[in-house]
Amino acid sequence: MPDEEYHEWLRREGRIVIVGASLAGLRAAEALRAGGFAGSLTLIGDEPHEPYDRPPLSKAVLLGKASPEHTELPRLRRTDATWRLGVAATGLDMTAKRVRLADGEEVPYDRLLIATGVRARPWPKEDEAQLDGVFVLRTRDDAVRLHRRLAASPRRVFVIGAGFTGSEIASACRARGLAVTVAERADGPLVGALGGVIGAVAADLHRDNGVDLRTGVTVTGLEGDATGRVRAAHLSDGSVVDTDVVVVSLGAIRNTDWLKGSGLGAGPRGIACDAGCRAFDFRGIVTDDVFVAGDVARCPHPLFGYQFLSLEHWGNAVAQAEVAAHNMISAGADRRPHLWMPAFWSSQFGVNIKSVGVPAMGEEIMITQGSLAERRFVGVYGHQGRVIAAVSFDNSRWLDFYQQQIERGAPFPVEYRTVDRRPEGRAPMPAGFPDPSLPTHGPTVTLSGYSPADRQLVFTPARH
Amino acid sequence: MRLVVDLNKCQGYAQCAFLAPDVFTMHGEESLVYNPRVGPEQREQVARAVAACPVGAIAVEGLREASDAG
Repeated sequence: MPDEEYHEWLRREGRIVIVGASLAGLRAAEALRAGGFAGSLTLIGDEPHEPYDRPPLSKAVLLGKASPEHTELPRLRRTDATWRLGVAATGLDMTAKRVRLADGEEVPYDRLLIATGVRARPWPKEDEAQLDGVFVLRTRDDAVRLHRRLAASPRRVFVIGAGFTGSEIASACRARGLAVTVAERADGPLVGALGGVIGAVAADLHRDNGVDLRTGVTVTGLEGDATGRVRAAHLSDGSVVDTDVVVVSLGAIRNTDWLKGSGLGAGPRGIACDAGCRAFDFRGIVTDDVFVAGDVARCPHPLFGYQFLSLEHWGNAVAQAEVAAHNMISAGADRRPHLWMPAFWSSQFGVNIKSVGVPAMGEEIMITQGSLAERRFVGVYGHQGRVIAAVSFDNSRWLDFYQQQIERGAPFPVEYRTVDRRPEGRAPMPAGFPDPSLPTHGPTVTLSGYSPADRQLVFTPARH
Repeated sequence: MRLVVDLNKCQGYAQCAFLAPDVFTMHGEESLVYNPRVGPEQREQVARAVAACPVGAIAVEGLREASDAG
């Protein structure tokens, strides 16, 4: 069947299956219907809940401004879908075009979208992870449990890892008046995502808000009492912190285990796909009926040297879901590339942190507006003589401008005049990203793959 | 009603926090904290907040229906 004709048939009566019923899965389902897909649509999700929003779980929910049970995502249009919730996908047969489910059933598809996202990296020592009082925070059920325990006024909360989630948890605990210790392997919070210059600002932010921040240390063990409740954390510098709640915030693991043996190019770094969201098989050959979107996808971006970017960003999940949905029901020439500008936000200690571009590619940073000391600034990252990213602390209105600079490949250092430029912002300084050969908790962007532009391979080692 | 704010778009103009203070609050100068689930008694305030947001960042389900269980 010719391409056009096949897609006409697909739009009319094809079967589309979406594995992953969170933000990307839901928005893809809506986009398919908006794009005229009239066939059968099935969404499969391992959690029993309908799609809910995760960012509030570490912010509004922990601050007591929202219920952990009620962050369901608004439905923007009818999906007329069959929902298979509370049953995980356990396997994929690409030849027979079937998804296997945990309950033994098999669901056939004509086109498949994989949006299985990530899960929280658990504490690696299983017996310690089982202790009562040890939590991770990723799902709604995690949030319900943690929220309940924080409401019981623990003596001290111990957070392992000062990435965005760990920092937000520490912030919420302080807002609730709880004593908090944060242990971080790098020299400061957020160093993996934003570098050492910004990490130093984040460290001050923690300390000024009463967080007992320990940097340059690892947690060597969690100690329980006779009843199996966590009692203390042991650190690599020999110190011991008495605590009754431990939150493990060591980044995320991509949910690709269920694809083992499927022949798809899926692994710990996610599922590689082309700019049109079509998944690669393990030989590096692109498939035409398996698509990927959201946190689990890894896709080349022309603005960033065609490197395969894997973005754990809310906005990326939405944008990529829409592109994937469009391409799933469109013939070749009508397809669109996913060219979303990486962007994220975090809210901690009353400060709004936002970023565009890929800060982790930056070798140098310039504070082009405001000042680090005032914690109100814009920092611009440079990579090989061009602007590659920007970060703002309580200065988000300027980010659109810097996004345009990144898209145009504007030169770095930034020579033009900017509003509120301070003497400290005249010259670039090293951005202070850690040596990639040293393990660290997860940056929110992972760089990897071949770059046709400069023939460099950026290696991000496995953590733990 | 269910709502979600695209915080990539949000630039902290705080119009929503002014018009629907029981749903949207500013946490610090620029960070928005909101309750994603609001009751029907908030309908009017939320509708005003949606209309007033300069960057169109607020999406709501159930704003237009005559009756909504919330």
